[in-house]
Amino acid sequence: MFKFKHESLETNTGLLLVGTMLAISIGGLVEIAPLFLIDDTMEKVDGVRPYTPLEQRGRDIYIREGCYTCHSQMIRPFRDEQLRYGHYSLAAESKYDHPFQWGSKRTGPDLARVGGKYSNEWHVQHLIQPKSVVPESVMPNYPWLIETPLDYSDVGARMRALRTVGVPYSTTQAEYDQNVKEFGAEVAVQLHIPDAQRNLVKQAQEGNFDGDRSSISEMDALVAYLQVLGTMVDFSKVAPEDLVKFR
Amino acid sequence: MANEQQTSQGVQTTGHVWDGDLQEFNNPLPVWWTYGFYATIVFALVYWFYYPSWPVGSGFLKGMGSETYVNAQGEEESWHWNTRAKLLRETQEAAAQQKPWFDKIASLPYEQVTKDAELSSFVQSAGRALFSDNCAGCHQTGGAGKIGHYPNLADDNWIYGGSFDKIHETIAQGRHGYMPPYAEALDAAQVDALAHYVLSLGGEQADAAKAAQGKDLFHSHAAACYYCHGNDAKGRMDIGSANLTDKVWLWADVPGAADTAGKVAAVRKVIAGGLDSGVMPAWEGRLSEEQIRVLTLYVHELGGGK
Ligand code: HEC
Ligand code: HEC
Ligand code: HEC
Repeated sequence: MFKFKHESLETNTGLLLVGTMLAISIGGLVEIAPLFLIDDTMEKVDGVRPYTPLEQRGRDIYIREGCYTCHSQMIRPFRDEQLRYGHYSLAAESKYDHPFQWGSKRTGPDLARVGGKYSNEWHVQHLIQPKSVVPESVMPNYPWLIETPLDYSDVGARMRALRTVGVPYSTTQAEYDQNVKEFGAEVAVQLHIPDAQRNLVKQAQEGNFDGDRSSISEMDALVAYLQVLGTMVDFSKVAPEDLVKFR
Repeated sequence: MANEQQTSQGVQTTGHVWDGDLQEFNNPLPVWWTYGFYATIVFALVYWFYYPSWPVGSGFLKGMGSETYVNAQGEEESWHWNTRAKLLRETQEAAAQQKPWFDKIASLPYEQVTKDAELSSFVQSAGRALFSDNCAGCHQTGGAGKIGHYPNLADDNWIYGGSFDKIHETIAQGRHGYMPPYAEALDAAQVDALAHYVLSLGGEQADAAKAAQGKDLFHSHAAACYYCHGNDAKGRMDIGSANLTDKVWLWADVPGAADTAGKVAAVRKVIAGGLDSGVMPAWEGRLSEEQIRVLTLYVHELGGGK
């Protein structure tokens, strides 16, 4: 019969490597793998959709500027957080987020439901110089966002990249029709990759996020993204006890 | 490997020897530590039984703990312990505790709430917290406002009306004042004349001849300022057009200007550029009706009411 001897591990690097990897993967296996197997983790709520091309570019800028180093996007199910930030975040709300921005560091407030809380003008002022509206703020100034034209030449490629990880941006008529069924025509148009640049320009001009219709700045994209955060699900249509059952 | 135990410096070794002379001392852990370790294992077992823990197939062990709350049908319902169920129960308990307060605030006319000392102090503390979480980013601490951007709520001057009902309407539905830009419709001299007239209305120094010309323009068909600001230039609260005859300025930074030229420039900027950025977000849906009523009372008190 095979008798395990610690010495064989300690004297054989190959075996030690395999053994080490097995040991450290246990944490991941126990914490992550079950989520793929358990049925009831993703809440069934209406309204969650992938980002439009403009919002998606805003999200890229959010990541580029490292906003996540000070801001989380995850309202935990605690009373104090609910009172300050609004309804706790659902798993379903970040299903199209790659990578998600839950974060864990809160130098500034959580942003998961900041959409609609302020006006576009406020965001522009605040991002250029936070102290101009919140005198005690320690958030850095981001004045270049309004001065830098948004580069959207590659927005289609960025959407295609997200498609490969499962975001339902469409390339063909059949996929487009599927999106119409799933999200409605208005949203489906925004998710069609061949029209991405045109849609981006249209949304930026109509939304006028940075207060200047003549050009599209990085500010347009970032504010469009901030204004949609946490607004997709209409919680007046969701019974709280239904959400309890997805844990 | 030598199997016999060797002693060196009086300490037991494990008996392992590498490279002929490398040995391992055997210093056992203190007893208290070992028992502490066993205690954590016992704790984990209890934890696994009480709280949701191990995944099993497409489900998981739900644990023995449970939470009871009231569902939409008004019936009591229990579910295995989880943070969401716990939050729902806590929220309902807190609501039940505050219910006597909120019921009164929801059912009593605003005027009566302000007369009740106990209710008033509840409104003050709840209102202050709500205001700093949601409103102070724009209206600033204490509602002092910011000239050029956000109105002062702590004065007795109202754009949309200072009655309880109007304040409630402002907070619940939001506001968005609009004034068209005149840079193209009027020439620079006309805008200048209008600016002098507007300043004279507000009791500021202005060129009398220009102001007279501005007055005609104000009431003319071409500029049609009177259409929104009224024949008396006192503004219309339904559309939030500013009262131009008082000393309160929101958009034109007249108080901040050093001299008459600066004041004229500030007013010209507003007339030429128009106003479209005054957006007060709507809070219905984001805040509950009770919270909006508390804020209405709070803001009314800030401004002394009207
Ligand atoms: C050094 C940390 C830091 C960084 C980096 C940072 N912030 Fe902030 N942020 C704060 C702090 C602190 C506050 C609270 C004070 C204030 O409102 O300015 C805040 C507030 C905010 C708010 C208002 C939230 C609310 O509900 O009132 C928004 C929106 C925001 N930040 C967006 C951003 C964006 C977008 C970026 C990246 C471009 C960013 N922040 C980067 C620290 C930071
Ligand atoms: C994004 C910035 C912003 C936030 C946040 C905000 N407001 Fe306002 N508020 C405004 C602006 C801008 C106006 C003026 C609108 C106009 O004149 O067109 C205004 C107007 C008002 C008025 C009308 C004042 C008058 O003289 O008639 C009240 C009352 C008011 N806000 C209360 C609140 C309360 C209460 C909150 C918090 C729940 C709040 N506001 C949050 C920007 C904001
Ligand atoms: C379509 C309606 C409309 C017309 C026409 C209009 N205004 Fe206004 N005006 C407004 C509104 C609404 C505001 C306040 C905007 C806000 O609060 O968001 C305002 C604000 C102002 C202010 C700023 C007051 C302050 O407190 O800083 C001045 C000055 C002014 N108007 C002058 C004029 C003059 C002069 C004309 C004619 C050339 C004119 N307006 C025509 C609607 C109008």
